[in-house]
Amino acid sequence: MTHLRNDPEQQHEYPETTAGKPTVDGDAKVAARGANVFYGAKQAIKEVSLDIAPNEVTSFIGPSGCGKSTFLRALNRMNDIIDICRVTGDIRLDGEDIYDRKVDVVQLRARVGMVFQKPNPFPKSIFENVAYGPRIHGLVAHKDELDEIVHTSLERAGLLGEVKDRLETPGTGLSGGQQQRLCIARAIAVSPEVILMDEPCSALDPIATAKIEELIDELRGNYTIVIVTHSMQQAARVSQRTAFFHLGNLVEMGDTETIFTNPEHKLTQGYITGRFG
Amino acid sequence: MDTILVIVAIVLLAAAGFVMGRRRAVVRSGGVSRSLHSLPNYHGHFVALWSAVPALILLVLWLPLEPTLAMNAALDYFQQHIAEANNLETIRQSKLALLLGLSPDQTTIRLEDLAADQFGLLQTEIRNMAAGGASTGHAAFMQEVADVYSGYRETSYILMFVVCLALAGAGAGFAWTRIAPEMRARNHVERAITWFMILCSTVAILTTVGIVLSLLFEAMRFFAQIPVTDFIFGLHWSPQTAIREDQVGSTGAFGAVPLFAGTILISLIAMCVAVPVGLFSAIYMAEYADNRVRAVVKPILEILAGIPTVVYGFFAALTVAPFFRGVGESIGLDVSSESALAAGMVMGIMIIPFVSSLSDDVITAVPQSMREGSYGLGATKSETITRVILPAALPGVVGGILLAVSRAIGETMIVVMAAGLGANLTANPLEAVTTVTVQIVTLLVGDQEFDSPKTLAAFALGLVLFLMTLCLNIIALHVVRKYREQYE
Repeated sequence: MTHLRNDPEQQHEYPETTAGKPTVDGDAKVAARGANVFYGAKQAIKEVSLDIAPNEVTSFIGPSGCGKSTFLRALNRMNDIIDICRVTGDIRLDGEDIYDRKVDVVQLRARVGMVFQKPNPFPKSIFENVAYGPRIHGLVAHKDELDEIVHTSLERAGLLGEVKDRLETPGTGLSGGQQQRLCIARAIAVSPEVILMDEPCSALDPIATAKIEELIDELRGNYTIVIVTHSMQQAARVSQRTAFFHLGNLVEMGDTETIFTNPEHKLTQGYITGRFG
Repeated sequence: MDTILVIVAIVLLAAAGFVMGRRRAVVRSGGVSRSLHSLPNYHGHFVALWSAVPALILLVLWLPLEPTLAMNAALDYFQQHIAEANNLETIRQSKLALLLGLSPDQTTIRLEDLAADQFGLLQTEIRNMAAGGASTGHAAFMQEVADVYSGYRETSYILMFVVCLALAGAGAGFAWTRIAPEMRARNHVERAITWFMILCSTVAILTTVGIVLSLLFEAMRFFAQIPVTDFIFGLHWSPQTAIREDQVGSTGAFGAVPLFAGTILISLIAMCVAVPVGLFSAIYMAEYADNRVRAVVKPILEILAGIPTVVYGFFAALTVAPFFRGVGESIGLDVSSESALAAGMVMGIMIIPFVSSLSDDVITAVPQSMREGSYGLGATKSETITRVILPAALPGVVGGILLAVSRAIGETMIVVMAAGLGANLTANPLEAVTTVTVQIVTLLVGDQEFDSPKTLAAFALGLVLFLMTLCLNIIALHVVRKYREQYE
């Protein structure tokens, strides 16, 4: 029922404030208040306010083009790469405005890591892929320390067993699922506080997807994870809180269970029951 | 007597064949084009091809054969009638007698007794007289022979005209009768086009093979006179050889080492200019420049590649070289006015676009996901460029640089004008050196005999130069191909 999107009456149905419970009671790891993202004159994200709780998995769902990836990339300023992109409003990491002039984007990205839709290992060896982050940030003084970081990162990403005898072979030679876990290991290696995942399983088969989901669940203890996904089952399986975006608006956010069993908003209801998307 | 006329006639016939074939296809399908296997145009092309191709092939075979046949007939006539009446007498009175070495007591000329050059001369005389051109005194009998020759050619031309057109007509007629709705005209036409394309690429390949073979055989003639080891390891280059016994002149020394050293020195200087400038401007344009700057700067850089090399040549010789000499003098250095430095610098500027354009392309071709992956880990722009982008683009960049090197090695005009002629074996860029290409030019410019070691040396030099650039190109192509495999 995609016509919903074009129906002018439906367009006015967005609530003044987001339905559900977009904020959390305790300290939020990431907090956005009235955030807007523009591509040139086009507004991709409209007045989004939400909290991301620490050590939890938060998933962003919504139909294609709803702005969920754009918002995700605003959280570690990846949008800075795009010339015409502009962000307004307030986005804070541990209470600190990440768009403040004083913030060094390089340090921000070391704290907020990212895993992309398509696995993108560098055309280097598996070892070098994981060692890349620690090297550029000068996290290690000795080769031994570096070895240790690489091994623990691969271990945490559940890849060590499969690759430990071929760390010197190119990362691009791995299978798609292994490549994505390598990218996760690469992100973990710089010890980020938050990991942003932009549809990390969309290019993978079901078995590889299951492994990544398992991994996300394990990582939750140490990291705050935000995952953008097209698969509602995936959101239901891995996340504790879910945000539903539609046409740049945050329509509803709340506990995953509530969102999927008892959504407040009509649009959320329509989307999760598969009436449009 | 114009072959063009025959070709025009064949093409007109083919065009007519196209129209008729097309019409017949439409008629035979009963106006229902759905029932045709191929579109009516393909039927038209089918007829046109059948009409033009066999006739043109015949024409191509006939053209070289025709003068030979006519000449044979003329020579036959010459042999049969030379002994008759005053025929020989008329020749005796012309300059031809002298050229043919006719002795006073001779009563006839036997063609098989003539030396090869005399026989050639006789043929040229017949051709010239037939064309009404300059001849060595108009011997009446020779005019008769020439008339036989032109008579044959005329007949042959008419015959050729008739036969070619008949063949074109027959071909068209044959194809026309074959047109039927179920006839697979498209497949036939497409196959013909495939063959045409194969023919075109064969021409290119055969030309290359021909050039290589000619280089090879002439070089072998050179090496028959000068030992290969002297050429490759000799340190002295002085190709002037005495033509006459009594002439003052060296016996010629063909040690090519100074030439290759000079070529390598100048190419090295050129690469020292082109690689950093080209690479850094490529990195700037691909990674830092915003689109408006890029849209202006990139074409301007590429204009450098469009400047004729002769312009670079006099720029180097008249502007850059004197400038370097002036600067050198002011700081007490002795700089030659034809220094390797000036030629190399200008050559370097010329090949900047080769490096920058190719590098820019490969850097831009590195997937955006690599950049995002690196930025996402908190890498700075320079870390991303040096640690991810350049390593990923390196094979392509190296390929570009190698192509630029082979361009530098083969470059001629700049060095002819700006580098010296003296074969100095030196590594000092302020001195004059000469290059392989310069020497090839000086060896072959002007009136030369083409069987002395002096001129044959050009082929040997050309061969070595060709092998050098060939190796570089093969390495470059290999590196570039390896790069492609990585991302596609």
